[in-house]
Amino acid sequence: MPRVVRRERLVPNIHLLEVEAPEIARKCRPGQFVIVMPDARGERIPLTIADWDRERGTVTSVFMAVGTTTRKLALLAAGDTVPIFAGPLGRPSEIGPVGTVLCAGGCFGIAAIHPLARAFKEAGNRVLALVDVKADYLLYWRDRLEAVADELVVSSRDGLYGGTDYVPGRVRDILAREKIDRIVAVGCTYFMSSVAEASRPAGVRTMVSLNPIMVDGTGMCGACRVTVDGRTRFACVDGPDFDGHLVDWAELYARRKSYFEDEVRSLCAWEEERFP
Amino acid sequence: MSEQDKAPSALAAQVRAEFEKDWRKELRRALPVLQRMKIPRRPMPQRPPGERNKDFAEVNQGLSAEEAVLEARRCLDCAKPGCVGGCPVGIDIPSFIKLVEKGDFAAAAARIRESNSLPAVCGRVCPQETQCEEKCLLKKASGVAVGIGNLERFVSDQERAAGGAVAPPLPPPTGRKVAVVGAGPAGLTVAGELARAGHSVTVFEALHEAGGVLVYGIPEFRLPKGILVAEVAYLERLGVEFRMNFVVGLTATIDDLRDEGYEAFFIGSGAGLPNFMKIPGENLVGVYSANEYLTRVNLMRAYDFPRYDTPVFPGRRAAVIGGGNVAMDSVRTAKRLGAERALIIYRRSRAEMPARVEEVHHAEEEGIEFHFLTAPTRYIGDANGRLKAMECLRMELGEPDASGRRRPVPVAGSEFTTEVDLVVVAIGQSPNPLIPQTTPGLGVGKWGTIDVDWATMATSIPSVYAGGDIARGGATVILAMGDARTAAAAMDLRLKQGAG
Ligand SMILES: Cc1cc2nc3c(=O)[nH]c(=O)nc-3n(C[C@H](O)[C@H](O)[C@H](O)COP(=O)(O)OP(=O)(O)OC[C@H]3O[C@@H](n4cnc5c(N)ncnc54)[C@H](O)[C@@H]3O)c2cc1C
Ligand SMILES: Cc1cc2nc3c(=O)[nH]c(=O)nc-3n(C[C@H](O)[C@H](O)[C@H](O)COP(=O)(O)OP(=O)(O)OC[C@H]3O[C@@H](n4cnc5c(N)ncnc54)[C@H](O)[C@@H]3O)c2cc1C
Ligand code: SF4
Ligand code: SF4
Ligand code: FES
Repeated sequence: MPRVVRRERLVPNIHLLEVEAPEIARKCRPGQFVIVMPDARGERIPLTIADWDRERGTVTSVFMAVGTTTRKLALLAAGDTVPIFAGPLGRPSEIGPVGTVLCAGGCFGIAAIHPLARAFKEAGNRVLALVDVKADYLLYWRDRLEAVADELVVSSRDGLYGGTDYVPGRVRDILAREKIDRIVAVGCTYFMSSVAEASRPAGVRTMVSLNPIMVDGTGMCGACRVTVDGRTRFACVDGPDFDGHLVDWAELYARRKSYFEDEVRSLCAWEEERFP
Repeated sequence: MSEQDKAPSALAAQVRAEFEKDWRKELRRALPVLQRMKIPRRPMPQRPPGERNKDFAEVNQGLSAEEAVLEARRCLDCAKPGCVGGCPVGIDIPSFIKLVEKGDFAAAAARIRESNSLPAVCGRVCPQETQCEEKCLLKKASGVAVGIGNLERFVSDQERAAGGAVAPPLPPPTGRKVAVVGAGPAGLTVAGELARAGHSVTVFEALHEAGGVLVYGIPEFRLPKGILVAEVAYLERLGVEFRMNFVVGLTATIDDLRDEGYEAFFIGSGAGLPNFMKIPGENLVGVYSANEYLTRVNLMRAYDFPRYDTPVFPGRRAAVIGGGNVAMDSVRTAKRLGAERALIIYRRSRAEMPARVEEVHHAEEEGIEFHFLTAPTRYIGDANGRLKAMECLRMELGEPDASGRRRPVPVAGSEFTTEVDLVVVAIGQSPNPLIPQTTPGLGVGKWGTIDVDWATMATSIPSVYAGGDIARGGATVILAMGDARTAAAAMDLRLKQGAG
């Protein structure tokens, strides 16, 4: 079974998980994800590949502890094993020389945009990184992003980085300031839809990494159905990246909330069992 | 193409040779045909419908040893048996049945294993009534076939209870590496055959349990998972290696595996892509594909939520769209998960339903409601995007279509709306495109199936073979296994001749 090499809390509620997975490390490209299951009775959940080390054969994801599965993952330690760590799944992001690229990340997406920013930079683009946090103490990987991006912009609601507005305002500022040829946004649904709405008037192509509920991640079940440009697509095999201006966000919000009551029940049951 | 289409004479000769053996002659003399024909078919013991429709334990309980021997006596041990020709893998049916009559269950099990590596599965899910039993001469004579499937199940259950199949002595390792893609019935069969021929076999499976549809699709109440676990353990005893959570095409492509030293490939990746009707409201919360619904319940054990973490909607009024085995499994699952009403919505009439008769019958006993000549036209949601009702249209049967079945045509103005909170769409699957997309040069047909030469199951790429649902596009377990045996024979020959 795949072995955990490192599990570390980056900032409150956000953790890094590095797992030994030589085949995935060899093959993965920016924008792809893995399916992980924390234990034998667990659920299969997708996590974006945030980094990899082809020599050591490891793959890193960064996740936010929100429900049963991610809390189970947050309790893992180096040396533990997970029964499932499958990938790399999904289509890699389209990377190419497009000019100036704005990579926007929120919560776990701050890590997820790191390989994208790096790849766009390597492809010869000017790269701006925009990260959104609720407060300064939730900011992580700043140094890593600064190392690959030409410029890093932080939007934080505590005013420590100038202004307290949410990410759309920052996107509009940047678009007013210079010509952006491509935006990529990774984060929660609200974050991605906000970025897409902010860039819609300017018509800048905005790719978002959609996060519907998944089961197999290989195109077998259709749980991950999203509507893009009026067509039903399976995010795990047709995506996860889609044009954010064409996504039916209302449907995605509704589908992500499918199991809200069950998730609470699951968490309560697990907490009772784990912390009696 | 099946075994006996290829070598009808070899199989017939073998069956004939067994027929001539002295002990067979004696058994035939001991009980005359007319007396045999007087024994009524032994019924399969079943749990009462009102009890079994509330849990996931197996419905059929299996014949007792006495009953099995009695059923075996019904077989006339025909000189020219019809049954063998009806079995896609060419089991020597009279031989194994007569071994049951003799009471030598272990030998019966070994006899079946010569041609069928998943007997406990086939004995349960094969559409026997349209295969071996359809061709049984006793059926022609008296109207009621020998219970071949039930006996096959009995024999293999005995074998498992006695500790499982004993691995045969293996030939010296050939040192040739074979990669099998997919651990469904096709892949498992190829793996077993080639391991027994001395090759080094690795099975690559995308999911975390082996069995394909047998583990993620067909529910526990029809096929307990323990059976697959035992079959996989047997293959491991034969030396087969399993690499789970390995998605061929993404984790590594066929070409990558070739670079790693694999010389021959079998693609048994199945028809796992769910079809939808593309009608309004299909993405509402509460509308599932059968694959998702059954995977959550079977593979992920959602019936035991929250002990297991994966949830599934219970559904108070559940409607399943379709009329095949997949639809029957889904609707019976919905009933078991507590649906007050569980409906089958099928656009043709009862006569055209592709599901096995036994499954339809079981479903009816369990309180499933059947609505024939009805098709959904749209799903209606509430303000939160959750399914609350479905609009349907009545149909009538028109002229026969390409499949020979009468085509359903809508009755104008017959729309009606009914309240539902769970819909499972079970209108078929297409081949998963992942392997064709990532394997340059692989010939693919119009419906996404991999093109094969049916005599060998070879694809357009040398040393790459395919079979089962990926080549047929949604068929049966036993046809997948028949393909697998054909492929394994061709692959073995090729490997032994030295080519990859
Ligand atoms: C392609 C993709 C990549 C993702 N990458 C990351 C990442 O890198 N880091 C990260 O923190 N999160 C990521 N997510 C989201 C992550 O999968 C969910 O947060 C996780 O499943 C929550 O599981 P839980 O049991 O902890 O929480 P739950 O209590 O089960 O659910 C919390 C929320 O997560 C969503 N969710 C629940 N189950 C699933 C599931 N099986 N699949 C997808 N979403 C689900 C629900 O919409 C719910 O709102 C990604 C999602 C997708 C589809
Ligand atoms: C609900 C249901 C009920 C059924 N009932 C019956 C019945 O009663 N009787 C009957 O005879 N038939 C029945 N069938 C049909 C039967 O199950 C199939 O015909 C049979 O399983 C096909 O076998 P296969 O080996 O070709 O494919 P599958 O069983 O589909 O197995 C394919 C395997 O390959 C894996 N895979 C796919 N892609 C990859 C990849 N890229 N890399 C690695 N692994 C991969 C899949 O995860 C899967 O495990 C039923 C089907 C369903 C869905
Ligand atoms: S494998 Fe199927 S067709 Fe062959 S004898 Fe058994 S039940 Fe009949
Ligand atoms: S055809 Fe029927 S009666 Fe004859 S040998 Fe086969 S099973 Fe027995
Ligand atoms: S997660 Fe099952 S098809 Fe995408």
